[in-house]
Amino acid sequence: MKQEIRKRELVECSQAIANAARQCKPAVISAYPITPQTHIVERLAEMVSNGELNAEFINVESEHSAMSATIGASATGARTFTASSSQGIALMHEMLFIASGMRLPIVMAVANRALSAPINIWNDHSDTMAERDSGWLQFYCENSQEAYDTTIMSYIISESKDVMLPSMVCVDGFTLSHLWEPVEFLTDSQVETFLPSFNPEFKLEASSPKTFGALAFPSTYMQFKKQQQDAMNDSIDAIKKANSDFRKRFGRGYGDGLIETYKMEGAKTALIAMGSVCSTSRIVIDKLRKQGKKIGLIKIKAFRPFPIDELRKLANGLEGIAVIDRAISPGSYGPLFTEVKSIVNDAKMNDFIVGLGGRDVNEGMIEGIIKKIGQKSEVEWVFD
Amino acid sequence: MAEEFEGFVPGHNACAGCGAAIAMRHIAKAVGKNVIISLATGCMEVTSTVYPLTAWNLPVIHSAFENAAATASGIEAALKHQGRKEKVIAIAGDGGTFDIGIQALSGMAERKHDILFICYDNEGYMNTGVQRSGSTPQYADTTTSPYGKAIHGKVEWKKSMPFIMASHGCYVATANIAYLNDLYAKIKKAMAIKGPKYLQIYAPCVIGWGIPTNETIILSRMAVQTGVYPIYEIENGILKLSMDVKSRPVSEYLGKQKRFKHLTEQEIKEIQEHVDSEYERIKKLSETGIKVF
Repeated sequence: MKQEIRKRELVECSQAIANAARQCKPAVISAYPITPQTHIVERLAEMVSNGELNAEFINVESEHSAMSATIGASATGARTFTASSSQGIALMHEMLFIASGMRLPIVMAVANRALSAPINIWNDHSDTMAERDSGWLQFYCENSQEAYDTTIMSYIISESKDVMLPSMVCVDGFTLSHLWEPVEFLTDSQVETFLPSFNPEFKLEASSPKTFGALAFPSTYMQFKKQQQDAMNDSIDAIKKANSDFRKRFGRGYGDGLIETYKMEGAKTALIAMGSVCSTSRIVIDKLRKQGKKIGLIKIKAFRPFPIDELRKLANGLEGIAVIDRAISPGSYGPLFTEVKSIVNDAKMNDFIVGLGGRDVNEGMIEGIIKKIGQKSEVEWVFD
Repeated sequence: MAEEFEGFVPGHNACAGCGAAIAMRHIAKAVGKNVIISLATGCMEVTSTVYPLTAWNLPVIHSAFENAAATASGIEAALKHQGRKEKVIAIAGDGGTFDIGIQALSGMAERKHDILFICYDNEGYMNTGVQRSGSTPQYADTTTSPYGKAIHGKVEWKKSMPFIMASHGCYVATANIAYLNDLYAKIKKAMAIKGPKYLQIYAPCVIGWGIPTNETIILSRMAVQTGVYPIYEIENGILKLSMDVKSRPVSEYLGKQKRFKHLTEQEIKEIQEHVDSEYERIKKLSETGIKVF
């Protein structure tokens, strides 16, 4: 680890993300207010207003237009940033597929929030899980430091020549987005030397006219989609590389960039979870390990691309797995469970639906979940 | 008048006699080479950009239907940041302007983006098979406002989109492919104005309106001569008729189109009265020269 002067500050997670975005120097930021994402773009608007950030801030009239404007800007060769939540993500739905289909490396912070109805402003993962197939990379962060680091890494990953796909940096709404905790910031020059400037191979320019967003007939549509899938697969290496470069340069990293494990050495059972619930899980695991229970945590950081091979290796030989889902696919399982179940077949697996609409997930509940690993009922809703 | 440069070239898949394709060719010639175009989903998009071909000699982006103005807003912001001098044009049909696109368009105008938004108005959802839009005139027979015993085509009058845009404080003009000098002059003028501009071009659809492919321009001229589609501009809130040539009855215009074949004498009379009163309103505004928007 290089010894460099860095600032450690007590900040709200949203401010940490906004600061990461500022340091990545987006040329165009386009956003629409929605709780609990607003603190991120409010802070960015303030930076633009103060002259701390030289960017065009477009106060669009809807999230649909927020994503449309970032698409237009990105296609013009500008680095872009936006942030949203819940209904805003749902309203963007159409444009999310277009951003990835047009291979535009937009970075969007998401303060995860439940979807209506009933209307609810608190956390769960139903907004981004509904965008599972939108072709965006999705990173779920456990704490503010990770959210800050991941925002910077997302630009590197998304803008990699082999990837050129957009990224969502997901933080649990309120639970994490509004949490104040110390964050160690990189200096502006550290970020500047770590993140190359954005120079896409193709962009809208009068001197070299190109058509973006053409109509693909059945004879060509599949080739486009296959290329997108190949890029998603290639992003696995780009994620690992960004994570290991970041670790080498700044002394911090998150597992292999896709998956992080905690106390998996000799573990017979494991929790598989995403986001802030991982921190609560670590505390419970510490307690149970002291009591001699061989339990560990597999934290899924990248939900897209889903770390299929990495997870298969880790889960191989485990006796039991509890998947903690903060969303439900009505009529099926929690979405994370479905993914895990599709690739792990020799362990007993149970799905636990928790924390919908901001319902608290406490240590006692996690401990209860661990006790139920191997139980007959495959899916259980846990709330007290 | 016409520039040598062709920005929209032959080989596209638009129908023979397509009014919108004629509009595209002249828009592309009038705006020149230093532009970036944001194209809404619609006839002109699906017929001009079939991968791996393109009819555009200009940079074009199509992202979706309702957001030509929002996509253009992002392009304009990026160019501004980069210090580039290209001008931004957004092009949409009347569905992508009057109906599904109105929110993004209003936002673009309210935020004062330096963009020329052009609506090619073929008075309906022609790309999807001739459905009624907010721009379809009353009594027109479309596939979703069909002429029947109980209901005689579309019930409502056409939405006054130019006035809505004028209320946003931007330069507004209507134009017609049969009057190219006027069309070019308006585009050139709009291109020189900084801020949001709205141009609505009358563009007959041979399939949707039921007209012979060689009568697009004849009908376009009649739309102005009957007063059905007056051409005017609104600059600094003041409306000015571009030409006052209303001299023919609407029956001549309506009788040429299959979509109006079912009209009763009473309905033609109603349309005539509506056209007369709308035309009078516009003419009066033009003559008085008062700032109304």
